[in-house]
Amino acid sequence: MPEKTTIGGAGLIGIAVLAAIIIVAPYFVTFSQRELMVLLAINVLVVASYRLQTLTGEWSLAHLVMMGAGAYGSALYAKSFGAPVPVAMIGGAITAGVVAAVLSFPLFRMKGFYFLIGSFAAGEILRLIWKRFTDPFGGPKGIQRIPGFPDINIGPLHIDFFNPINYYYLVLLVVLVSLWILYRIERSRIGLTFHAIHWQDKLSESVGVDAFRYRMLAFVIASFFAGLAGALYAHNLSTVNPNQFDVNAMVYVLIWTIVGGTSRWYGPILGVVTLTIIDEVILRGIGADQIRPALYGLILILAILFLPDGLESLVIKAKDALRGRSSSKTSVPAEALDGSRD
Amino acid sequence: MPDFLLQTVFNASYAASYMALIAVGLVLIFGVMGVVNFAHGELYMAGAYAIVFFYAWNGLPFFVAVALGLVFVGCLGILMELTLFRPLRTNPLGGLIASIGFLLILQTVAVVGFGLRNQNVPRVSQGGITVGGAVLTYERLAVIVVTIVLLAALWLFLRRSKFGWALRACAQDREAAALQGISINQTARYAMFIGAALAGVAGAMTAPLVAPSPYMGHSVIVTAFIIIIVGGVGSLEGAVVAAILYAFVHTFVTTFYDGVIANIVGLLLMLAVLVVKPQGLFGVRERA
Repeated sequence: MPEKTTIGGAGLIGIAVLAAIIIVAPYFVTFSQRELMVLLAINVLVVASYRLQTLTGEWSLAHLVMMGAGAYGSALYAKSFGAPVPVAMIGGAITAGVVAAVLSFPLFRMKGFYFLIGSFAAGEILRLIWKRFTDPFGGPKGIQRIPGFPDINIGPLHIDFFNPINYYYLVLLVVLVSLWILYRIERSRIGLTFHAIHWQDKLSESVGVDAFRYRMLAFVIASFFAGLAGALYAHNLSTVNPNQFDVNAMVYVLIWTIVGGTSRWYGPILGVVTLTIIDEVILRGIGADQIRPALYGLILILAILFLPDGLESLVIKAKDALRGRSSSKTSVPAEALDGSRD
Repeated sequence: MPDFLLQTVFNASYAASYMALIAVGLVLIFGVMGVVNFAHGELYMAGAYAIVFFYAWNGLPFFVAVALGLVFVGCLGILMELTLFRPLRTNPLGGLIASIGFLLILQTVAVVGFGLRNQNVPRVSQGGITVGGAVLTYERLAVIVVTIVLLAALWLFLRRSKFGWALRACAQDREAAALQGISINQTARYAMFIGAALAGVAGAMTAPLVAPSPYMGHSVIVTAFIIIIVGGVGSLEGAVVAAILYAFVHTFVTTFYDGVIANIVGLLLMLAVLVVKPQGLFGVRERA
């Protein structure tokens, strides 16, 4: 449930510092880390859109395949039909949304564990079709030499998106706008209905909510933004293939989301940023390339054992502690403020 | 042509056997602990590497190595139960995520200990039974026989022994079983040992036929999920029937078309079952 927040002075300073770090960070890292920052920004959109889908209580394993639908769609529109890249990107995102709408009809007959596995099957079929049919989709090798984002030349202004810093800012802009839209959707009447369906689907149906249509809507919106992330990804890497969207990769999306926590909009983002930094900076830094997956697995196990509500629970506790100290002497138990959790 | 058909039937029976072992273990774990064990494919992989270590490297007799593999992978299962699933018993999604963490650790251990490349396990026997023009090698026959023996033993254990009754009671209703004085921890430990050991035996028996690699568990877990869904998530008998059904469909489509089409057909089969009869072919209606 949305919490009432007023951003205090400390919050404003925090946001300003965060914004400054996000904007200047690419100038302080190596070239390969810049590429990683582009991927990280794209992954932020992937997990944030995934969270919108999970608001209705159903966990999909097809989310990355939806990202793939956007990537393949955008790549094909740009390469085979010669559409301008920005138009192709929007087209790819819409394609992902349409695919999700079609898949809703068989998938939302199921719930819970069955939906999880059913969505996996549907996604895997789509992925295998890309792998099998070489004609439009390029088979196992996928689509190569996808055109990049066109340069912008307005008078003296010249922006070359082949440079990862410039592409990073483009991705950042798209991701921030998308995050804002996702946030507004969650706070709107539609978002409240998603929550209602999650916690009380029978009750909400009894007062006239069409649970199927709202589940479908959440799935379509989430897939649209996943597709947009896929389009950004395809034109950055200039190649897409079916293995980029397989269940191994999906497992990481699941890990980021769950380690981050899903009760707040920033939870999954916290998860993906923290785990990526741990993985790419610290684990790579100590030079333990071969045992990196094991350490990742260990972190995952420790996180789920000791932080079952995700990293966001740390932030919530810290916020409550700060608020409790400034507003009144009596410290409010975290659970009392955090009534939205079951 | 009849020989060709018979050969495909032999191949399908072999595939059905080891997949049934894996799927039954997965269903047992899901039934008793309520957790989807994503690391089940890696337990299969661990069984195959037990053969690489005991049989190929240290020269123990093959069936002794299989027995050691069974015990070793069963103990891995107990380790998972103690460290992961017991603390996370109230959190099924947490159990799934923790098993993914365990999977990554097992894969890394295999990579570090044995290297990335496929392992070469010497053949156990060269011969086979020839029926017409079709050949069933002794190695494949052994997989089929061991599967039948183990599944029959498991069935007797679950139906006849007191402990089997306790296990099935836990699978039906954990709290009611606890109220009857059944120890949930002990039952979960046994279920985890049996479930893991079955996957381990499947890996050990097929090791000479598949050339083990650290990532061999991945395709197996996907197939196992399809099988347990088609068979009904809580049903052991369903898992066996679905394993046979899936293996025959998959092998025949692979033989007559190609492997990717066979995977698509398998997934469509599962999707169709989910849409028409979500509780699976043999499943009972889900408990509240």
